[in-house]
Amino acid sequence: MTSDVAIKVTGLSKAYRIGLKESQHDTLGSAIASWIKSPIKNYQRVKRLADVRETDTDPDTFWALRNIEFDVKEGEVLGIIGKNGAGKSTLLKVLSRITEPTRGRVEICGRVASLLEVGTGFNPELTGRENVYLNGAILGMRKRELDVKFDNIVAFSGVEKFIDTPVKRYSSGMKVRLAFAVAAHLDPEILIIDEVLAVGDAEFQRKCLGKMHELSAGGGRTVLFVSHDMTAIQGLTSRCLYLHNGSLVAQGETSSIVSTYLADYSDAEFTGHFNLDMANRRGDGTVMIEGVSFCDVNGNAMTTIRSGEPVRLHIKMKSAVKINPQSLQLDMRIMNSMRHAVGTLSTRFDKDFYLISGLPANCLACEIPSLPLAEDDYSIDFWLNYNNGLSDSISEGVRFRVSGADFFQTGQMPVATKHGNVIFTHSWKSS
Amino acid sequence: MEKPRIVIERRRGLGRYQFSELVRYRDLLYFMVLRDITVLYKQSVLGLAWAFINPIVSVLIFSVVFGTLAGVPSDGIPYPIFSCAAILPWNYFANTLNASGTSLITNTSIFTKVYFPRLIIPLVPVFSKFVDLLISFLLLVALMFYYECYPTVKLLALPVLVLLMMMATAGLGMWLSALAIQYRDVKFGLTFVVPLMMYAAPVVFPASLILEKFGEIFFYAYHLYPMVGVIEGFRAAVIPQQVFVWPAIAMSGCGAAALFTIGLMVFRKLESRFADVA
Repeated sequence: MTSDVAIKVTGLSKAYRIGLKESQHDTLGSAIASWIKSPIKNYQRVKRLADVRETDTDPDTFWALRNIEFDVKEGEVLGIIGKNGAGKSTLLKVLSRITEPTRGRVEICGRVASLLEVGTGFNPELTGRENVYLNGAILGMRKRELDVKFDNIVAFSGVEKFIDTPVKRYSSGMKVRLAFAVAAHLDPEILIIDEVLAVGDAEFQRKCLGKMHELSAGGGRTVLFVSHDMTAIQGLTSRCLYLHNGSLVAQGETSSIVSTYLADYSDAEFTGHFNLDMANRRGDGTVMIEGVSFCDVNGNAMTTIRSGEPVRLHIKMKSAVKINPQSLQLDMRIMNSMRHAVGTLSTRFDKDFYLISGLPANCLACEIPSLPLAEDDYSIDFWLNYNNGLSDSISEGVRFRVSGADFFQTGQMPVATKHGNVIFTHSWKSS
Repeated sequence: MEKPRIVIERRRGLGRYQFSELVRYRDLLYFMVLRDITVLYKQSVLGLAWAFINPIVSVLIFSVVFGTLAGVPSDGIPYPIFSCAAILPWNYFANTLNASGTSLITNTSIFTKVYFPRLIIPLVPVFSKFVDLLISFLLLVALMFYYECYPTVKLLALPVLVLLMMMATAGLGMWLSALAIQYRDVKFGLTFVVPLMMYAAPVVFPASLILEKFGEIFFYAYHLYPMVGVIEGFRAAVIPQQVFVWPAIAMSGCGAAALFTIGLMVFRKLESRFADVA
């Protein structure tokens, strides 16, 4: 291992046992019966959990990491990206010695601190002061070190007034601030960070990002940073690893890896789901919605819905009477994954709709020229009025996923949780 | 400053335990012990008094049920002090074992997120529960003066007995915690096995009864159960007319050392998989 390499990973693999699936029982009786009958089976199953061999090909073995190889130079800030389940967290857990690799080897030169979570070991009964010491010690700081840094930690957190109050009386924001303040004052040579920036409000996030910049730029520290936030990855890291299904598919300069990742990511599977059963519907049923489909401009059904793409929503209806479009009024309210309304598509909002004649009476199409939604899961509530009476309404009639895409052609992917669900087409000039 | 070099690989066999690392993390042990002590009596009205109430009630019940009603012999010593000298180390052993055995389960959220020597986790109760023992020791002191068992030079044996007691408890605690994280059965087993173990130890009866009924060989073999030597030793330390049977206590010392070694080895062997099976 040459002197300027901080982390050297060779042939690293990690397997887990999955398939510890409990059989479901309908009654307490059958549950107890099978439980009594099968202690031996239970024993074998639980024992198997810890029994992973190096060349395991059993169907219940899951290789979370396969043959990963990379080096991290001293002072380098390395980003790790990949979809959920790609193996990012497992990699960090192996590097921070929480779990042992099944195969392969890691050599680390320098003191490591890992932040897979902020506030590990925070105890609600203890005061802020006591928790700073406990959490600091868990992260590997010595008491002496904490005594020296204590005032800075408290100042950074901004909870001076409550430092002797039990943490259970804190707001969740205060807890996170205090926890991050402890973490930010770690002074290791190698820092491993997993998505901790996803917590806290925007102002605090900026503060943390600033602190991280300071860490990596100033002290020549080696930082490994996992995030789904491509803006943070691009802002902080110079080199990136891209993991997919446990394998390292690409590594290199951040901007090129991020664009590779975004291109792949946009091809995520479409998870459209229609829920048109009668249970959650109201209305007199004169006209009813029969089906909804997402089509592209050519009328072909879409498998993936991406931000910024033109989308045509087809709504099929059925009725015993001949449907007269002039008497029809359809509202579709789009909700985000938090069940907050994002916007409504309505026939009433289109001044031309009621002028159209010769419309195929049992099918409506709603055209969206450029889908202004950020990556998230969405659902649609439908209200269909016919002759001014509620004819059909469906709560969460359709669920669909919008995949992130390079909407602005800048590599900056809007994130719903951070930037909001709506993407504005906009431009800037100096005036 | 010399940078430490760490190699992460799948460990084969037991390897060498990094005691130096444990020493480096001693502050964490300290803060976790402090956490346990601080949190235990938070938001309770009687607070530390609970450390007394528990043994007082046990001494009362044992004195009435075993001392008076059942007429269990007590080597001619007043039953309250006879049982109190046994209940204190026993309560320590039982409480620590329950806490230590389930310690990995209750601290799962910590050790699956941060690396530190896992051995600290089952060791925390070994120290935090000792504070309870120290507090309740005042009860024994009060009884000593009440029954005119004034302190003698024999009290000096207590640190040795305490060490023995801690070693045995720590050994079992490490062993059970390592098993419990994978097999939760241990957790349920503890709740009824520990009270049973009390009747196997000379808490309500004197060890001399064993000597009398089963002979000398069995008496010494019996002392391999470390709590036997600890309890009899505690009695001899505080009650003037009781004598130390040193060879028997040495047997208990062997038992404690064996438990500690086995506990440490089992913990070490299973340690690497804790995060995967938790």
